[in-house]
Parts: sequence; structure tokens; C-alpha cells
Amino acid sequence: MKRYSAFAVAREALSYHTGWGRAWRAPEPKPRYDVIIVGAGGHGLATAYYLGKNFGITNVAVLEKGWLGGGNTGRNTTIIRSNYLQDPSAAIYEKSRALYENLSQDLNYNVMFSPRGVIMLAQTEHEVRGYRRTAHANALQGVTTEWISPARVKELVPIINLDGPRYPVLGGLWQARGGTARHDAVAWGYARACSAMGMDIIQQCEVTGVRREGGKVMGVDTTRGAIDCDKLGIVVAGHSGVLADMAGFRLPIESVALQALVSEPIKPCMDVVVMANTVHGYMSQSDKGEMVIGGGADGYNNYTQRGSFHHVEETVRALIETFPMISRLKMLRQWGGIVDMTGDRSPILSKTPVEGVFINCGWGTGGFKAIPGSGWGMAELIAKGHSPLTDAFSLDRFKEGRFIDESVAAGVAH
Amino acid sequence: MSTRIANQGRLIDRSKPVRFTFNGKSLQGYAGDTLASALLANDQMLVGRSFKYHRPRGIVASGAEEPNALVGLGQGETFEPNQRATTTELFDGLTAQSQNHWPSLEFDIGAVNSAFARFLPGGFYYKTFIHPRAFWKHVYEPFIRQSAGLGKAPKDRDADTYEHFYVFADLVVIGGGVAGLQAAKAAGETGARVLLIEQTAHWGGRAPVDGGEIDGMAPEDWIAQTLDALRAMPNVTLRARCMGSGVYDHGYVLGYERLTDHAPETAGPRHRLWRIRAGQVITATGAIERPLSFAGNDVPGVMLASAMRDYAVNYGVAPGRRVIVVTNNDDAYRTAIALKRAGIDVLRVLDARTSGGGALMEEAKAQGIRIDCGRAIAKVTGGKRVAKVAICAQEGQGAALEEVACDAVAMSGGWSPVVHLWSHCGGKLIWDDAWAMFRPDPARAPTGADGRPFVTAAGAANGELTLGATLADADAAGKAAAKSAGFKPRRIRTPQGSVTDEAPLVPVWLMPRAAKVELRAKAWLDYQNDVKVSDVQLAAREGYESVEHTKRYTTLGMATDQGKLSNINGLATLSEALGEAIPQVGTTTFRPPYTPISFGAIAGEARGAVFQPLRRTPIHDWHEAHGATWEPVGQWRRPYTYPQNGETPHDAVMREVRNTRQAVGMLDASTLGKILVRGPDAGRFLDLLYTNMMSTLKPGKCRYGLMCSENGFLMDDGVVARIDEETFLCHTTTGGAEHIHAHMEEWLQTEWWDWQVYTANVTEQYAQIAVVGPKARAVLEKLGGMDVSKETLPFMAWADGTLGGIGVRLYRISFSGELSYEIAVRAGQGRALWDRLTQAGAEFGMMPYGTEALHIMRAEKGFIMIGDETDGTVIPQDLGLGWAISKKKEDYLGKRAQQRSHMTDPTRWKLVGLETLDGGVLPDGAYAVAEGTNANGQRNVQGRVTSTYQSPTLGRGIAMGLVLHGPDRMGEVLEFPGTDGKISKARIVDPVFYDKDGEKQNV
Ligand SMILES: Cc1cc2nc3c(=O)[nH]c(=O)nc-3n(C[C@H](O)[C@H](O)[C@H](O)COP(=O)(O)OP(=O)(O)OC[C@H]3O[C@@H](n4cnc5c(N)ncnc54)[C@H](O)[C@@H]3O)c2cc1C
Repeated sequence: MKRYSAFAVAREALSYHTGWGRAWRAPEPKPRYDVIIVGAGGHGLATAYYLGKNFGITNVAVLEKGWLGGGNTGRNTTIIRSNYLQDPSAAIYEKSRALYENLSQDLNYNVMFSPRGVIMLAQTEHEVRGYRRTAHANALQGVTTEWISPARVKELVPIINLDGPRYPVLGGLWQARGGTARHDAVAWGYARACSAMGMDIIQQCEVTGVRREGGKVMGVDTTRGAIDCDKLGIVVAGHSGVLADMAGFRLPIESVALQALVSEPIKPCMDVVVMANTVHGYMSQSDKGEMVIGGGADGYNNYTQRGSFHHVEETVRALIETFPMISRLKMLRQWGGIVDMTGDRSPILSKTPVEGVFINCGWGTGGFKAIPGSGWGMAELIAKGHSPLTDAFSLDRFKEGRFIDESVAAGVAH
Repeated sequence: MSTRIANQGRLIDRSKPVRFTFNGKSLQGYAGDTLASALLANDQMLVGRSFKYHRPRGIVASGAEEPNALVGLGQGETFEPNQRATTTELFDGLTAQSQNHWPSLEFDIGAVNSAFARFLPGGFYYKTFIHPRAFWKHVYEPFIRQSAGLGKAPKDRDADTYEHFYVFADLVVIGGGVAGLQAAKAAGETGARVLLIEQTAHWGGRAPVDGGEIDGMAPEDWIAQTLDALRAMPNVTLRARCMGSGVYDHGYVLGYERLTDHAPETAGPRHRLWRIRAGQVITATGAIERPLSFAGNDVPGVMLASAMRDYAVNYGVAPGRRVIVVTNNDDAYRTAIALKRAGIDVLRVLDARTSGGGALMEEAKAQGIRIDCGRAIAKVTGGKRVAKVAICAQEGQGAALEEVACDAVAMSGGWSPVVHLWSHCGGKLIWDDAWAMFRPDPARAPTGADGRPFVTAAGAANGELTLGATLADADAAGKAAAKSAGFKPRRIRTPQGSVTDEAPLVPVWLMPRAAKVELRAKAWLDYQNDVKVSDVQLAAREGYESVEHTKRYTTLGMATDQGKLSNINGLATLSEALGEAIPQVGTTTFRPPYTPISFGAIAGEARGAVFQPLRRTPIHDWHEAHGATWEPVGQWRRPYTYPQNGETPHDAVMREVRNTRQAVGMLDASTLGKILVRGPDAGRFLDLLYTNMMSTLKPGKCRYGLMCSENGFLMDDGVVARIDEETFLCHTTTGGAEHIHAHMEEWLQTEWWDWQVYTANVTEQYAQIAVVGPKARAVLEKLGGMDVSKETLPFMAWADGTLGGIGVRLYRISFSGELSYEIAVRAGQGRALWDRLTQAGAEFGMMPYGTEALHIMRAEKGFIMIGDETDGTVIPQDLGLGWAISKKKEDYLGKRAQQRSHMTDPTRWKLVGLETLDGGVLPDGAYAVAEGTNANGQRNVQGRVTSTYQSPTLGRGIAMGLVLHGPDRMGEVLEFPGTDGKISKARIVDPVFYDKDGEKQNV
């Protein structure tokens, strides 16, 4: 594999770039792997990567029914932050954010992590108290956040309207090293690095069954034949319920379509990410200049990966109140992605009732930011049977009532 | 220099000159021009710069598919970036600026990128800018951001208004070309309610330019006649300047009408969003011509052949004086003929097909146009304008046979049906080999809730590219759609369109076929985003093989035109690179909107003060007049405090608490939720909803109750009053009224649907005023009308009666620990009662108090507040509210959940009071630290502050909190680090700080 650098690009320019090889191989499935990961989204690929990097386990296949990164990893609005309230959440999201800082260098692939800062606006007294509490919690969790005044908000976001007639901005929770990254690049970078370690990423390969014997996993059936494995990691986000069903257990997950949209590109006018949870909307500006906007999920469970209009309307309305200058911008495209929601809105990283089967799901509306940290913890869980990053997120918690509820800190959890 | 042609221009009115400016230069056009045609008429071919390389960009198309001609329109509060010149109607005083260049359009520094284009292939940024780490954020990214981005950001608040229309239609026909007109007519005849929308200002689409005959008439005459017929039908609505923006599930269609963009001085909203529920949808959205991929196909002056014909015929504009036409199909000959007719020199038609075309070619030949078959363009040269064309054989690598000087190139690579709206909601496509295009697959149409198709494509949008076939198809579609919508089709004649004998198209995805890499690196696919044939080939080589990968890796088709010109060419390039057939490679997803729509239109009327409904209590105006500062609570606004004579809000709150505790205060409690629950099973229902026993409550009495979620967490609290045997009035928190009502209904409708219980949210039907304090009774006695004594109306009782002549319901309940009455009256009398109370209370020193005083008083009493002491993770048992959980009941919502191991865990944090050692106020939301760190290196904690206030009654800071083994640790001191690093120390105490025995409320 050729290393990427400005120098390499210049060298290849001489031959009009006809000398570049594949970023990842396209192998045929082998009959058996030590570990099979189902789902080549960010979480699946990161899990494979850290299995290899941290535990030397490289006889690994990542099976993907469509194209890698084509699920929510390639559909999300890329907000990265770790200012969560509960200890287990803050731990895994901060681990993740910290890994993002060096991810481009680590993968030799520019994932464009941009720690431009994230503000969560407080627009009611209730929110003020909630974010003050989060700031206190973060300080003890080793997450750097700060409660900031409306004047400071305005300084960071000159286009904001602080005193909207309905919900004036009372301050905000600021995480200076939160930000965004290029979603596709995260999937592609991990895929390239996995492939380089000798792992097989097999696209167009849908898992259709999980083979078990005596409560233990033996392998999977796929559209490209049966494949054996010792351990199986299910990392398929919105389709987790379907895969769990194949493995013979059930999950406390509901699937809904989360909506997002972008505007036409304009010159830079907002350098940070702003989230306004009271009015349900958030916005950032991509490096292309598009305003990237998200808000609500459809009010009913479904599997259609389509944009619908009603939430877009509410979100845009709220954001025009917050940023009046966007009124004359135009919506370029809208889309939806199926998010896997748990009862407490926190993920599941866990062993399962089937020996050798591990599951990573339930990231819902906010798992892009968690990709490196989740992969790190999940790899440890698969390799060693437990991980301090994942222990609290086990499936048992629903039986025990040990929820990790983040709704206190954020109405919209992106 | 004007490029106007004398004898053409069917859409312009030469008697009405219109002045406009472009980059500050004053220019002239005519009424009926688009900005694009007017710019061309002024010989302004260069209109912008591309995204990545800042290459000079000219006008390529004549409609919504235009990728290049994007301008900033207007100024200040009406400034709009990225407006398409081809769909902007010209008006007097229009100001336009070109985009994405510095310092000027003609001389753009950013164009150095173009010189380095070779070093910036598709996806180059994934391979570079990796080191050093900090450079991405501080150096590379700011540079990339600044050079990308196209238009300028608006600075001001939008001066315009917007509105929404809500419409039902049996059939929506999208597209007002001949297909749409005929489909609407065929359906309209059946009596169905038809809505026909067209994105441009004109009806008839391409037909008047493309020619032919319909029923022996010129297309224009047939269009006029059909429009008359449609206008005469009362069941048909026509709307021009109204684009079909998206088709969504269940027949939901969005129409985007531009009302005043073409005439900004007109009063009224600028855009109108039509929110349509349609039984059936016909997409008669036409087809779009494809460019050809040859080197230099992005030089200004290279234009779609159909667009060039449009400019000549519709606007009387010559996009060039000496034109070369290049094509792989017959349609481009129409352009050659039209240009020739307009007096423009057509130097050559280069037909990539070795055997050339059919009847149209013969016609062109007869007009003396030179035609070279099997020929292609090797390369177009020219900086800001086409200068010359190198001609080569299509089969070959591009060795130039000849060079011809010219100033414009008209290209045609075939046509692609506009399948966007068909595809938005799941309609599938099939590949049509003969025409090399994707067309809707009628067997896999979008289906509605009943599983039946609800979208039909018609005419060119359905892949019918000849006039005759288009009309027949549209007629059938209109009739079939009306039938599907439940109407009986009438037997009316199908109009006959002429059919020209056309030779088959030969797909040409690269020109010449074996073009060398130097040429491929100059053959543009996506003009706006600068994606070339070589970029797509690079993506394929590197393994970005799925269309979605290629698209994302190269940014092909992701510009503001959403790839209307580039998608199919890019796909074909990819499929050739992969050696797979086009249909195997597949298409990318089409996502709404069809072309970008304004955020203003999406938001509609709900802006500013009416952005969300503002709920006001009947006493709102009084609060306003008496200087209240407001706190938004849900959609309500409640007075936070009423500062007097220059008081700070804090001092005002302190005064309000003291006055209420020492004399008497009044509170507008109207926002509290009030839900009436009634029916023979009401008691049984409430027993399940609340943790307490409600069915045993006696009429005339009140009981404080708790409601938990299925997971056992406390979700709301409030006082329930039993009105009669079958009727309860449940008070909820202000923020809880709606969702608690919905929660009740959900259980009633999904689980206990056979119970006889009815609920009504009567929150707004009543005004409610709390009169609180030792002198409360005296105030009510002064008003007179009913017995308010302790004996007749003891604590936790209620009674109907009159006070000061107003019929009231009087509750003896208290959230402050004082003697307290809550008076409910019909909303309409709320203000009258408030006024009478104020008068009556004056001599007792009564003052109003706001939410903050309310909160302090409840905290002094150790009463919990939903949302402060609870956060969705707290159960009543944590809060010492075990007394409110009935032990006698078999079940209530949350009971089972509260028996789970984590819920009964003795290490759950429990409610206590907290008293700072120094008398100060604990910081909001602070945590009590414990020794050491956990496995993830986080500091261990053992409790947290849930509410914290300065108590004027006690003259010190008081707080409530949840603490590990809290109730067993009275007197212990905890440490609470602040975010500023300062540590506050507080002692664990009883949470009831004031009147522990509850004597005051019981007098
Ligand atoms: C609109 C939207 C906005 C969002 N915004 C943000 C945000 O701003 N910040 C943030 O942190 N998060 C955000 N998220 C959430 C985030 O996108 C997801 O949590 C995250 O991408 C999930 O990654 P994943 O790898 O688990 O799932 P995915 O990327 O969905 O990957 C799962 C993969 O499994 C594959 N698969 C499924 N079934 C099978 C099978 N049977 N066999 C083989 N393969 C299979 C799928 O094809 C898919 O590729 C957003 C989500 C959406 C939809």
C-alpha cells in the first residue's frame, strides 16, 4: 500500500495519477476467520482496526451487505463532542474524541477532524441548570467544557440572534475541542488500514443467518456462502434487531428515521457547531460551505431511509429564529437515516446470550462521534471479554433498571 | 456588444426594455428575458468560477439544470446567493454579482488552483494535509473553506415573508409541457380535482422550440387551445412558477411557488409552499440533455445544443456567431437548423456516428450545413471563451485532423428523463439501451399505504422522446391516474403529434473513444465541482467502486445542480472503468428537493413572535404592565419576578418571598396543567396512573399524587381533586400538561380501550390564582361570598362558591408551606378576579410573586420540583416519597420496574438537604466528590446538588441534593468543587428547612 502524502500526490501527478493502487482489497471470503464483524460502518471497521492494532488479531473479516460506510456513517451530520453527563458516556465519548485528534496520522488518511468547537445553547432556565450540571460533571470526568455567557456566544457565532422573541439565549455549554470530521473518510480510512493489516473487507455480502451449536456461535450464512468464525461482532446499527433475531435473541431497540439536510454552499460564516435543543435544531458549516442541519426524527418507527418533510419544517423554522440570515439560503438536499434507539438513548456494547456473539448498537442519533472510542472498547470486549469502556453498556442494564440516561443533558443527542 | 438576433425571441417583448446590473455594470435586456438570456444578449458568456479550480465558467444550459451561471442577487436584506441565472426572470433594477472569485471575475487569484489541477485530483485532500496535526485546523482547513463555498453569506435579516398553502387534489400533475397539459386535460375531463404545476413562467415546455405538429397545428397553437380548455374546467387549477419540489410517502407532494421573485415590488409573500395531499401524482417533468465529455468541454462558450436553440428561438440571442455542433444523436440537428435560420454561422456538425443521422440531418444538409460523420472534438481551446476546436476521429486517441476557429460549441450527448420526483419516494428505474438512458420502470412505481402505485411518469419524463409518443403516453397516464383516483375516464380523442424519422443514438461517453489521459484530465463531468473523467477513473482504480463511493470521493453530482448534467455521464464513465454494464453499476439516490428551495419558504409564516404559539394566561397583560420579567416555560411565559422601583431581579425575588411568608402574596398559577378525567372507570384508571390510591379519595377532597413512567421513573406530580363520584381533576406541572394528557390517552387507547374513561385537557379553560400567606384568609374574607374557615374548608379540601361576586372553585392546597388557597375561575373571569383580589389585598400588603419566589418557598419546605429533583433517572423512593406510594395496590405504572435490582439497590443516591458551612449558595448542579477515581480515570462522586437557592427566610444558602446513603449521614460534610476550582463545603441536613411540622399551612 502506498503511503499518502503531498509528496506522493505530486509524484503520481507525473503519470496523471494512473499509478495509484486500491485503497482496500476486494477479496473473496475465506472459509473461516477468528473474528467476523457484521457491518462495515464506522463502528464495525473501527472494531476490526483496534482488534488488529491493540490485540494483534488480524484474521478478521468485515462483512457488509452494501458498500462500506453506506449506512448512517455516510449519512450523519458529523458532530463530535464528549460533553455528556453520565460517567460511562463521558468516558467512551471522550476516549473517542481524543482518538479523533490523531486519527488522520494514525490511519495515514485525512479524516479532516476539525476541532472547531461545539456550543450547546441554553434557552430556558431549566437548560441553564442542566448545562451547569454537565459542566460540573465534565470537570470531574476529565472532559474540558465551559459554561459561557451570551456575549461570549455572540463572539463565537456572530450570525446568531441572541434575543429571539421566544427563547433568548441565556448562555451555553462550550466544548472548544469538539467539532466535526469528514464522515466518509472515517470509514474509508479505517477500511484502508484494516485491509493493509490483512483483514478482509467483503462488500456486497449480506449476512442472512447466524449458525450456532449448543449456545455457541459457529459462523454465519451470507449471500456469498457460509463462513465459520470463533467470535462474531454484530455492528449493524439500524438493522440490529434483524441480526439479533438471526442469532436468536431480542433487543430493546426501536428504529426510526432521523432527518437531516444541507443548504447550498456559501462562504464561511460560522466556524463552530451550534446546537439549540429547546427549539430542536443544530447547524454547522462544512468545509464545502454547506450549512449542515439536523433536528428531529420521524414520529413513528420505520425502516425507510428517506427524507420526510415535517421535521425539516420545524427544524428550519427554529434555525431561522436562531440565525435570521439563513432565511434566504436554500435547501440543497434532505435525507433520512435509520437510527437504532434504546430506551435510555445510550448504546449497547455487550456480550449476548449466545457465546461468542458480541453486539454493538443503539448509538441512535449520536454515534458518529463515538466511532474510534467504540471500536477501541468493542475490540477489547471481544478480545478479553470485558472493557472498562463498555462494561456499563451491557444488555443486562435493561433487566436491572441500570439506565444511562442522557436526556437530562441534551434533548437532541447528536 | 449586443448579440440579439432580429427575427427571433418568442418570449421577449422588445417594446419593454429592462435595465439591470451585473458586477456593477449597467446592462439592458427585455421583459421576458431570463437573467441568463439577458447576459448572453450583452455578450457576457463568462459568468462565474468553478468550485475547486476556479476555472472560468460560462452559461451551459437554459433551465434548472444549469451548473455554472450562479449569481448573488439583490442586496442587503434581499440578498440571495447562488441564484440560478437561467431560472431568474429579468426585472427592472435587478442587481447580480458573479461568485467565487477574488478580486474580480475576469482576474481571479484562486485560478492558480487551475494551474495546479494536476496535483489536485479527485479526493486529493484525503491523501494530503495530514501532517503536521495542528495544521489541518489552523492552516489547511481555513484555506479550503475560504476558497470553496461559492456565494457570499447573507448578512441581514430577510425582508420578505413566506406562506404555506394546504391543498387536497385527486391528481397532481408536475410539469406543464405538452405532456403535463394533456395529462391534466385527460384527467380533468373526468371531473377529478387536478392541480397542474409548472416551474417556469411559461406553459408548453420544449415543444414550441423543438417544433413538429399536433393535430395539424403548430405546438404553440395547440398549447394555447389546451390551456383555454383547462382554464374552463372548474376542477382544474393551474399554477406557473410553481416547482414540484418533492414527492413523499402517502401522496404528499411539495410545490414551491415563486410569487414575487420576478417582480419584487409586488406586495405579499415571496414564496409559497404548497403542501399537497394527492391521490395520484403524474410526473411530466420532461428530459434534460447530456453534455459530451471531451477535453475543454468546460470552456465558456461550450453549451448544450438544446440550450443554444432555446436562446436563439425564445430570446432572440445568439450565444455565438460561429458555432460548431457536436452530437451523437439527431436532436442536435434541430439546433443547427434553428441557428442557421437565425442567421448564425454553423461551421460544422460533428456527428460521432459513422453513418450520421436521419431526416433532420438531411434537412440540415439541404440548408447547406457541413456535416462530418464519425468525427469528434479532440479539444476545445480558449481561456474565458471558446477560441478554436481541434477535430479528430471519434474512434481514436484524439490526434487532431484539423483545427477550426469558432466562438461557441453546441453539444448533445443524448437525453435523460427527469426521474427525480419519480424516484424520491422509491420509484425504480430501468436502463433503456436504445436511447442510453434510465427511465421509470412502470412495474416498480412508488406505492402508497394501500400498496398500490400512486406515481405515474408521463411523456419525456417517462422516456418518450418524440412528440407523438409523448402525447399518447400523457393522455393514457392522465386517464389511468383519474381512474385510480376513482373517476371514470371519458372517451376522448388522443391528440396526434408528428413523428420525425430519427436515426438511433450511439452512446458516446468519452470523446474520442480512446482519449489519452491528458485529454481525459481536461474532460469535465461536473462543471461546478470540477470533476473530470480522469477523476472518476481514479476513483474506480482506487477501489471506490460503488456509485456512492465514486460520487462522494470525487464530489461528482454533489454541487448545487445535484448532478443534473453530470450523473449519467459520470455513471457511464465509472461503468466503463469497471468493465460493468451501466445498470449493474446502478444510480445514486435522488433526494428532494428537485432544485433548491428557500429556507424561508420551508418555515412559512411562523416567524418572529409567532414562530411558536405564545400561550398567555388571562392575566398576562397585567403582568406585562407591572414590569414582570419573563421565564419561558414550554410555550407559556410566566412572570419570573416583578421588580419594583429599580430593584434587581434578585432583590425582587427576596422581597416577594418575605412578603408572602410574612403577609400575603398572589401567584398566577393558571399555567398549571388541568386534566379532567371522567367516567365509571376513572378511579380505577387513576389508581394505575398514580402511585397513590386515588379511587378512595372522597368528593370534595384533594390528594397529592405521583406519576411514574413504565420504567419506574418519576415523571410528574400534582394535586388531584375528586369532583364527584365519576369525575377527577388532575393537576399537572406547567410543562407536563400536554404530554401527561397524551400519556393518559395512549394508555386508554392502546391498553385499556374498553374502559369507560374520558379525558379532557382543560388547562386553558380556567384561570387559577394562588393566594398565599398568613393573611390569605383575611383577603378572601374581605372579598366575601363563601365560608373559607378552617372548619368548612380544611387543608386538602375544595369547594365551589363565589368570591367577590365571581363563581369560583376554591382549593386549600399549598406549595409554599403557608396558609394557601388556589382559586380557579372560568378563564374569561381570571383577570376580573385578579383585579378584585389586588384591591382586596391592598390593605394586607398583598403583592404578586413570580416563579422564582415559588421555587424558593417550595425548596425551603423540602418539596421536590419535577425537573430539578427529577431528571428521568430518579424514582420516588429516592426522594423520600415512599409515603405517596400505595402499599395496598396490586399494580401501578412503574411498580414492576421499581422492583428491579438496580432500583432497590441500597447505594442509590437519596434526597437530603444541604447547608453550606459558610452560609453561601452552592453552585447549581455541583457534584460531591469521593476519594479516588474509577476504572476510566474519572473522579469518583457521591452525590449532587439538585436545587440551590439563597433563602431570604433563613438568611442563608439552602440546597437539596441526592447523596449516597444520604439520609443516614446527617451532619456529615461533603465537598463540592466548582467549575472555577473553588470547593464549597456543605453539611447534610434534613431537606425541610422551614416549618418542619407543617403547622403554618394547616391553620
Ligand atoms: C441524519 C443523521 C444525523 C446524524 N448526526 C450525527 C451527528 O451529528 N453526530 C454523531 O455523532 N452521530 C450522528 N448520527 C448517528 C450516527 O450516524 C450513527 O450512530 C453511526 O454512524 C452508526 O455507525 P454504525 O457503524 O454503527 O452504523 P452504520 O454506519 O449504519 O453501519 C452499519 C452497517 O451494517 C450493514 N449491515 C446491516 N445489515 C447487514 C447484514 N445483514 N449483513 C451485512 N451487513 C449489514 C449496513 O449496510 C451498514 O453499512 C446521525 C445519524 C443520522 C441518521
